[in-house]
Amino acid sequence: MTPTLQFCLIISAALFSIGLLAALSRRHAIFILIGIEMMLAAANLNFVAFWRFGPQPQPPTGVMVAIFSIAIAAAEAAVGLALVIAVYRHYRTTNVTKLDQLKG
Amino acid sequence: MSTAAFIVIAVLTLAGALAAASLLKLIHAALCLVLAFLGVAAFYFLLGAEFVGLVQVFVYVGAVAVLIVFTILLTRPAEETGGGFNWAGIMTAIAVFAGLMWAILGTPTLAVVAPQIEALTVKRIGEALMTDYVWPLQCVGLLLTAALIGGLILVMEEKR
Repeated sequence: MTPTLQFCLIISAALFSIGLLAALSRRHAIFILIGIEMMLAAANLNFVAFWRFGPQPQPPTGVMVAIFSIAIAAAEAAVGLALVIAVYRHYRTTNVTKLDQLKG
Repeated sequence: MSTAAFIVIAVLTLAGALAAASLLKLIHAALCLVLAFLGVAAFYFLLGAEFVGLVQVFVYVGAVAVLIVFTILLTRPAEETGGGFNWAGIMTAIAVFAGLMWAILGTPTLAVVAPQIEALTVKRIGEALMTDYVWPLQCVGLLLTAALIGGLILVMEEKR
């Protein structure tokens, strides 16, 4: 038995759900960023899996989208972590439940 | 592609991801995240996208993980207080997973095996980047420059 597309999609769905769990249930800003990174990795895994198991077009679109997505995820991580540091300087905390100054 | 390798790597990846999402100490979570990213890179290698696997290792394990560790060190006294999880978040994640599983397992056309393909060489990727994808490539370059400047401005000390 060889692995099918379903197997890859199940792994990627599990990775996405774990990332969603980290992003929604943790209160620390860095955990939320970690969760978002995991969700992005799961999406990239889906792109590459659909490219590998589908008909092969020229050029390899799925791989290209995955490469661009990794570059954009790196930019997002850099800006997000800079935001965490800036917020920490102002409020001396990275707990997102305490950042409620805009709350009415 | 052997099934045994797939299963071993899947277990490693999901264990690393679960540990990264649930460990209380931030630094342990960041190291488990590295394990999960390495597992995803191994998946890319198994799927025949070697270049994407290399990029994943360089960018995520080499840069993003180091960035996360640096941020943890710079925000050191902010320990996770109260611990515990938000149950609504856990329920939402389980519901999303159940929905995705229902969709994946209920679609019989997804049960295909991989066709034989010619190897995806870096030469082909480079040609595609320089012909069909040259406009997105320039946009990503602009985006990375903007993100670099934005990140620097965000963390610069304010003059008083």
